[in-house]
Amino acid sequence: MKPALFAALLVTAAFPASVMAQDLGAPIGEDGPVERAATDASQAQAEEGISFTVTDESAWQDIGIAIPAFATDRDRATPANEAGTGALGREVARVITANLRNNGLFKPVGPDSLPQPGFTQITAPAFDTWGGRGAEMLVHGYVRARDDGKLVVGCYLYDVALKNELVREGWVVAAADWRRAAHKCSDLIFSRLTGESPFFDSRIAYIAETGPKDRRVKRLAVMDSDGANHRFLTLGSATALTPRYSPDYSKILYLSYVDGNPRIYVYDIGTGKQTLVSENRNPTIAPRWSPDGKYILYSMAVSGNTDIYRVPATGGASVKLTDNPGIDVGGSYSPDGSKIVFESDRSGSQQCYVMDADGKNQKRISFFGGRCATPEWSPRGDQIAFTRIAGDFNVAVMNTGGGGMRVLTRGWQDEAPTWAPNGRIIQFFRTEKNTGRSGIWQVDLTGQNERRLPTPVDASDPAWGPIRP
Amino acid sequence: MNTKIATILLLASATGLAACAKKAPETLPPVPVDNTGTETQPTPQPTGAAVGTQQHFAAAVGSSTTIYFDTDRYNVDSQDAAALQAQAQYFARYPQITFTIEGHADERGTREYNLALGERRADAARAYLVSLGVSPNRISVVSYGKERPVALASNESAWAQNRRAASVIIN
Repeated sequence: MKPALFAALLVTAAFPASVMAQDLGAPIGEDGPVERAATDASQAQAEEGISFTVTDESAWQDIGIAIPAFATDRDRATPANEAGTGALGREVARVITANLRNNGLFKPVGPDSLPQPGFTQITAPAFDTWGGRGAEMLVHGYVRARDDGKLVVGCYLYDVALKNELVREGWVVAAADWRRAAHKCSDLIFSRLTGESPFFDSRIAYIAETGPKDRRVKRLAVMDSDGANHRFLTLGSATALTPRYSPDYSKILYLSYVDGNPRIYVYDIGTGKQTLVSENRNPTIAPRWSPDGKYILYSMAVSGNTDIYRVPATGGASVKLTDNPGIDVGGSYSPDGSKIVFESDRSGSQQCYVMDADGKNQKRISFFGGRCATPEWSPRGDQIAFTRIAGDFNVAVMNTGGGGMRVLTRGWQDEAPTWAPNGRIIQFFRTEKNTGRSGIWQVDLTGQNERRLPTPVDASDPAWGPIRP
Repeated sequence: MNTKIATILLLASATGLAACAKKAPETLPPVPVDNTGTETQPTPQPTGAAVGTQQHFAAAVGSSTTIYFDTDRYNVDSQDAAALQAQAQYFARYPQITFTIEGHADERGTREYNLALGERRADAARAYLVSLGVSPNRISVVSYGKERPVALASNESAWAQNRRAASVIIN
């Protein structure tokens, strides 16, 4: 199983292929990191040692969190909404409420059934009033329009019973990016209360599907983690499949039939240009990024046989990582980049294997009944999610040695799991029997909180990107 | 050329009768025989459609434009072999025609695996046609995985129709 250098045949490159790109829509600019603002409120610090820790998942859902509308110092129209910063403050609180509720993590009460605090109360909450309403946690915040058109959004989390501030943070965002501030605030609350890493301020690439089963139109699309800021990136004249966001969100790898054959392209979101991942005549499928974004895995069929290859993201020679008469396909790196889990039918049916990043030490890890397909390594490193085929298709997880297998979903055809950036939630797509209609769903690791994501049309192949800076 | 292929076709028909089960173990293509002189029955002459169209091809070989596979398999069985021999005979008669073999899978597989499986199936058909003397330069191969079903229900019969490699004339 020695990885063979494949340099001679596969002189790959970031080769301008824009001539071929007949199916791309207008490029969209990706905004950069969110700037942190000094929270211009009192200097009172959350006391260390009064941290609120919850270990049992079921207990989280019982935490009552009040999220009234964010206040504003002065109601001003913004480029994002004419109704002004006051109305925007209510929207921010709604987004935070929906985030926390939809993910089954807490029982938040939103701004539409709560009194609105004034600007000065943001740092001096009326604890007795909120305690009387049964809230255990209280979120306050403000939206302030700066003269340069940007918004400052402050976010404060209080423990009502202790009458104490737990955490605060502020961000400066372009007016159009006000939702990012709401996601940052959601992440702040989530991380402070659970001790887990954030995940709300992230995006999802996926395939939007329309039309009847035998003439399905499949387009590349992207959206925020809550379904907002939706964009179609391709026009639909060529089938697009299996996207993957680069770790820095600057590029998307995906499969397109734009030249008539299945080929992997690297689409640069900022410039709207795309290049072939490997400049040769063979079909390429199943693209993946390394965690640091420096390498790309792809699978390529040569004379009918598919193996896994690795190429530097900047172009260069491809290295063949598997060399087996069976179908070897996909591949997902461990977070430290040292190992790759992939699927192969070399034993007679699809099973999951782990190898070193250079292709050495290939070992099967799935030995439970049924088949193991589309394995994805958790960003936390401790679990591998996969499609379990045993009659129906279900999303399951196992530890990295193949033990502790747990089935999380019960659909007829649940396929292609992708992890939230914090490794707590999994998205996948569910296809309906007969109609072939599909939608993106998500489930947490307990398997209990399952819900369908709102998308404008049918959807498949979700690929969750990392937390944004 | 015609004679050779017709002979193979006759041999294959006999084999096909012997092996009634749809899926026999993988068989090697028959060795081409060097046999000249005998006149064979003419290829059916389709009327209406022009040479170089899919309609002409389909009128000549009938349902043999497409071969079918068992679940997760990609071997060319005796029934497939007979269909591919009919195709080879047609392509020998019209050497100017180039064509694509489209490989497909049923919906009961994961998307990426099915793309690889469709490629394998199309390549198996390609290799068999090449072994019958069709020039590889005339054949393109493309996999559509499970993305282009012809039968739309979710049952065994529909899946059997979708696990296929279809030869399509490039105009």
